[in-house]
Amino acid sequence: MRIDDLKKKMVASPDGEEFEVDPMTDYFCSDRPEVVKPVKGILEKFYNWARSESIWILGFGTGCGAIEMRPLMTPRFDAYRYGIQWRPTPRQANMLIVSGYLSVKTLKRVIRVYEQMQNPKYVMGLGSCTINGGMYYDSYNTIKRLDYYLPVDVYVAGCMPRPEALLAGFEKLKQLIREGNAEGANDYANRFDWYKANQKAVILNWDMPDYNW
Amino acid sequence: MNKKGLFSLEGDRSMYPQPGADGKPEIDLASHKFLKLWQGPNHPGITGNMSVELTVCGDEVVEAKTHVGYLHRGFEKLMERRKYIQNFPLVCRIAVPEPDYNEFNYATAIERLSGIEVPEKGLWLRTLTLEMARLQGFLMWIGGMAGAVGFGTVGQWSNYLRDLILDRFEELTGARIYHIYILPGGVRNDLPEGFSARMEENLKEITGFMKDIRRVLFDNYVYKKRTVGVGYIDPTWIYPYGIVGPNARAAGSMNDVRKDSPYGKYAELDFAVNHAVESDVYTRSFLRYRELLTDVGLIRQILHKMPSQGEFMAKLPNMLNFTIPAGETYVRSECTRGEFGYYLVSDGSAYPRRVNVRGPSYTHAVALLEKMLVNANIADVAQIMVSLHTYPPEIER
Amino acid sequence: MFDQIIAAVKEQFTLTEVSGAGPVLRFITVPKDQAVNAVRFLLEKHGYKHLVLLTAVDFLEVGEFQLTYLLHNPENKSDIGVRTRIDREGATMESAHDLWPTIATYQRELREMFGIRFPGSPGVDDDFILEGWQQMPPYRRDFDTKVFAESFYPQREGRETHDPATYMKEKLYPNE
Repeated sequence: MRIDDLKKKMVASPDGEEFEVDPMTDYFCSDRPEVVKPVKGILEKFYNWARSESIWILGFGTGCGAIEMRPLMTPRFDAYRYGIQWRPTPRQANMLIVSGYLSVKTLKRVIRVYEQMQNPKYVMGLGSCTINGGMYYDSYNTIKRLDYYLPVDVYVAGCMPRPEALLAGFEKLKQLIREGNAEGANDYANRFDWYKANQKAVILNWDMPDYNW
Repeated sequence: MNKKGLFSLEGDRSMYPQPGADGKPEIDLASHKFLKLWQGPNHPGITGNMSVELTVCGDEVVEAKTHVGYLHRGFEKLMERRKYIQNFPLVCRIAVPEPDYNEFNYATAIERLSGIEVPEKGLWLRTLTLEMARLQGFLMWIGGMAGAVGFGTVGQWSNYLRDLILDRFEELTGARIYHIYILPGGVRNDLPEGFSARMEENLKEITGFMKDIRRVLFDNYVYKKRTVGVGYIDPTWIYPYGIVGPNARAAGSMNDVRKDSPYGKYAELDFAVNHAVESDVYTRSFLRYRELLTDVGLIRQILHKMPSQGEFMAKLPNMLNFTIPAGETYVRSECTRGEFGYYLVSDGSAYPRRVNVRGPSYTHAVALLEKMLVNANIADVAQIMVSLHTYPPEIER
Repeated sequence: MFDQIIAAVKEQFTLTEVSGAGPVLRFITVPKDQAVNAVRFLLEKHGYKHLVLLTAVDFLEVGEFQLTYLLHNPENKSDIGVRTRIDREGATMESAHDLWPTIATYQRELREMFGIRFPGSPGVDDDFILEGWQQMPPYRRDFDTKVFAESFYPQREGRETHDPATYMKEKLYPNE
């Protein structure tokens, strides 16, 4: 996609007709994200239990932390026994692990991928770089706080965290989900304008719609 | 280039756009004959975040462009703001899966310019660490290579074996991935008790699994069909495109930094340079398999020949007020991907003036990959990328 | 081994400086307009076929960039670095992409990170590493990366920094 592709233009159909399209409204939906309210009582507890036992992670290694995600897929540390799988596409995933620092170029792709995931979705920030910038505190190309751009549910500190620390992070996340406190996606919908303003302040070549789903 | 792979490109080519004046087909995106496909930052056989923008006509790639920069942190700029000793935690993270080579190159560059000598046992321990890093690098790679053709089992085995080596690293240095073990003047720690015995057990297990991997992967009909004849590197491309390491040795070159300009204790170790004649994806992957076994043999030799007593660290001056006389130098070493080099310029102050990291993937993943992907089938792009063994963090640092 | 080569180079080009100790590495400095020709001479006549790197060093105090072409000879396993100085204002250099096609990548990075122009190099104006970058080229020494990072990205409060020398002094010698 180039930025010029998003402007209004005349398009020829295969039958030879010419008509005008506006890609931002015609090709992409211009809705905003909506808050998903919980259902009542014991049914929500059942749903939360089911969600916590089958978290599907998007397999996108955004930074250094991708190295320590590989041992988790092997039988030695085995995240699969917790119901956690790695999926290649965001449409089939409901958790995003931001594994380490995010350069501005990757942040644009991560935002796109996060917005394409299904509700209810969770974000885990792995490593110290998502907390306060880590050792790249004076780098001109990495972001310093992840929760200004995406709603984070749980942080796992370390550089790198061991696979056992990651599993402890998953345990904490499951506990939060069961209590009903993993409300990152609803927070994103509620404070959408604030998140979007932060994202656009950092990503200077914005050539996507505001909400990519 | 695709010589005689599974997805053959012979047959009726009248529907494909014909080459223009400079040998390349004219790409007119509005003509609906071409499709732009991004094999994006998250792709099969993942070795990092790099994307290839493919222009495809039918099933065949017509043009490819590499996009890097997803992992750029500005290391060379950050290193100028920290003192020499403060740079070691930073330097590890340049080539993420094999951090020891970064520390070794940087420490050797500082030693060369400032005249610090490393004692005997320190050199042996450094060589041992570097060989272990190579071994775990190859083990991770072979899982990725099999995964790129859709064979997941080998990845499970090789990641398990890699975990065994990481356990040995944890015993030796205190951390699994980022060791910060090689410092100017030697290494931080001596070998713990019983290290050789445990290492020998691990090496036996690794060689046992390697026999299985050979039967299951390299004698496998499907693997051979998908990789023989695909991704051919011509020997005349080696110097114009700066190809180093196993990619070049598979095409017939004999360049190996461990033999040409020995560092550490490689001059006293006995090993042969692995090379092959025709470089396609199958030959390159088999060459790396042989290099893995060479590394197992080297670790056994090192543990056998290493002196049991001795100093492992030279006496250093106060590193927080450490300055180096002005000068420049270049240090190289042979990591799993090829020649890895650090160019250090110092101006006599406590901060480095310029550190330039020359990773082998810099030339492999940009100019060479764009040339190799022309006329390849879409299904072969993943294998070609993984067979070049590129780590994107060292391209854009 | 190096004496013959350096004598041969001295005949054809003006060498302002030769440095480097040790058996396998030498650095020679030539003026800007002879640099690419010197590199070509070493490539074609003396077998320095492998281009190791092309990089730039910023000498802000004297207002110059130093470009270094590092070449390696695979036969006698030696390295020669050809250095040259160019002005910081309007920095341009002749492109050497007919010698090695891969040098286009190095020249692209130098254009983006230092602002040195290489007219004619294929693809030199494409973005290589940075995306949407609107400031000055970041590897120049007058670009202060800490100041930029603090002003552009929101930080998390509560971060402390200690100067390592004073910190260690207080820990090791607390009574002084």
